[in-house]
Amino acid sequence: MTATDRTPPPPVDLARRNGYFDPPPRMGFFTDTSVCIGCKACEVACKEWNHVPEDGLDLLGMSMDNTGMLGANSWRHVAFVEQRRPGTAGPEEQTLAVEARLRAAPRGGSELGTTPLPTAPGGAVADLGMPTVGRPGDGTGAETRTDFRWLMESDVCKHCTEAGCLDVCPTGALFRTEFGTVVVQQDICNGCGYCVSGCPYGVIDRRPHDGRAQKCTLCYDRLKGGLTPACAKACPTESIQFGPLDELRERADRRLAELHGQGVAEAELYGRDPDDGVGGHGSLFLLLDVPEVYGLPPAPVVPTRSAPQIWRRVGAAAAAFALAGIGAFASAAFGDHP
Amino acid sequence: MTGDRPPGPDAPSYYGRPVLKTPVWEWKIAAYLFTGGLAAGTAVVAAGADLVRAPRLRRGCWLGSFAALLASVGLLVGDLGRPERFHHMLRVAKPTSPMSVGTWILTAFGPGVGAAAVSELVPARWRSSWPARLLRGLARALGLASAATAPGVATYTAALLSQTAVPGWHEVREELPFLFAGSAAASGGGFGMLTAPPAEARPARVFAAAGAGGELLASRLMERRMGLIREVYEHGTVARRRRASEVLTAAGLAGTVLLAGRSRAGAAASGIALLTGSALQRFGVFEAGVESTRDPRYTVVPQRERLDAARRGSAVGDDVGRPAR
Repeated sequence: MTATDRTPPPPVDLARRNGYFDPPPRMGFFTDTSVCIGCKACEVACKEWNHVPEDGLDLLGMSMDNTGMLGANSWRHVAFVEQRRPGTAGPEEQTLAVEARLRAAPRGGSELGTTPLPTAPGGAVADLGMPTVGRPGDGTGAETRTDFRWLMESDVCKHCTEAGCLDVCPTGALFRTEFGTVVVQQDICNGCGYCVSGCPYGVIDRRPHDGRAQKCTLCYDRLKGGLTPACAKACPTESIQFGPLDELRERADRRLAELHGQGVAEAELYGRDPDDGVGGHGSLFLLLDVPEVYGLPPAPVVPTRSAPQIWRRVGAAAAAFALAGIGAFASAAFGDHP
Repeated sequence: MTGDRPPGPDAPSYYGRPVLKTPVWEWKIAAYLFTGGLAAGTAVVAAGADLVRAPRLRRGCWLGSFAALLASVGLLVGDLGRPERFHHMLRVAKPTSPMSVGTWILTAFGPGVGAAAVSELVPARWRSSWPARLLRGLARALGLASAATAPGVATYTAALLSQTAVPGWHEVREELPFLFAGSAAASGGGFGMLTAPPAEARPARVFAAAGAGGELLASRLMERRMGLIREVYEHGTVARRRRASEVLTAAGLAGTVLLAGRSRAGAAASGIALLTGSALQRFGVFEAGVESTRDPRYTVVPQRERLDAARRGSAVGDDVGRPAR
């Protein structure tokens, strides 16, 4: 995902391209998961500031994560991964226990972050087979160490340079702000739901009973007032950093080099590359495993890029349809039978 | 729709949780795919019947088209989270959004169909009055204009589904427009066969046969070119619906060619088979998309393969994350 050893392309002045005169610099997040302690202060601060309603009180069995996913009612989500070795998400028995409940849910578990999962069938309590190792760091000597590790990551809307949700929105409710972020105008959205399927990250969702699409606004109101977004403000370890995107990219590169220097070879940046399938993120991440372990797509491409190809095929099919119609009646007009 | 999990390559995931949100669209959108196609298909038959002077075919198909259009509008508005804001669709014209493009195609299509259908409903004893004759003339022109936009109505829905992150819809983007065009023509022609006597319905039969043949061909091509997403299309409810659709469409095609010209009953049975086949096809494709978002593998595995191939292909890792196409 990273390409630090090449000349960076000229920064895309997103806001200017979207019709703003003299816009402020593009703002974003850099979420450094290597210093996240999983306190969820970001989730709470976001809910409080943005009046995001409850998404369902539940014990999911996903380690300490009881939010599950980003959604209409969760604009920050802290993922917890218990690992015995890199490339796996949680002890197998734990995944198996959770997965059955996800599959039985009406939306396959993707309702998490918006609505709670239905209660487990029969109210049965699943044995999660919690790891029997002690808390990391309990002991002091090298001999106490195991291959167990905990990954925590505070996920958020990626505020893509090429945003699938924004592109497909038919009302203009989703728009690009002067800060280069992507925001839903709540007085415009009519809840058509197209953005939900247009997002390759599963971020945006429709809020039940309210009927409108909801997601992180990167605290547009706070940015307008020159303030730091609520989640970044509340983060006690500066795992969530906020600032001009150019600066954050440099910071992310430095942090990655530092970690690689310390032997953390698995560290990688996510959403850093402006040449990726969405033109780079407005919110970058430093991950300690492959993205899919955190529930992130490894190399998503904004569906809009297929639009020319799709419309060419639609045009050809429409022409075939029209020709069939014309042919059917031409054969009747010139044929022997009426 | 829970279904058991089909076998296939495994991939790391976050407790097996989906990466994408399942579409919030309900059965109403699947039903609209059918009614929208039907409205377009019958409009073409009705306008053609008007030109070749086949009054019973014309009348049946304009009324059918209008009914399908009204149903479509009801289904589309009913599926919104805020139905009272349906008119916000008309705030902008946005080429990047197939839904916006579709809104404007439907806006162009609708009034002519309405005028033509209303003109068909004028009672016989008033038909020679001058307002009725004026309406008739207007309806004729507007109806032809609607029929000219019908190919757009019949096919834009393929772009609507394909321009999403939903693997079950995005991965079949090459064939879906042809599948939907064929399905719309088969249902439109089938409806004409159902409502008009065989002597008048010959063009409807030709249109239906061309549509059914196109639909069957597109469906086969689509299945042949599928990657991992084949699992979804060949499993459970989706596979059952599409198999039933194929059988009914093939039977309807055979009936159209062999029976429908000679017997009214044969024409009606073939028409019903084609209509049912078209509807089942739409529900099958719709549900395949929904199903494909419920398992993270359909999102992750193709992306990981593309990423690994790009990493192998370029030593400096410059193109990592670039789309394959």
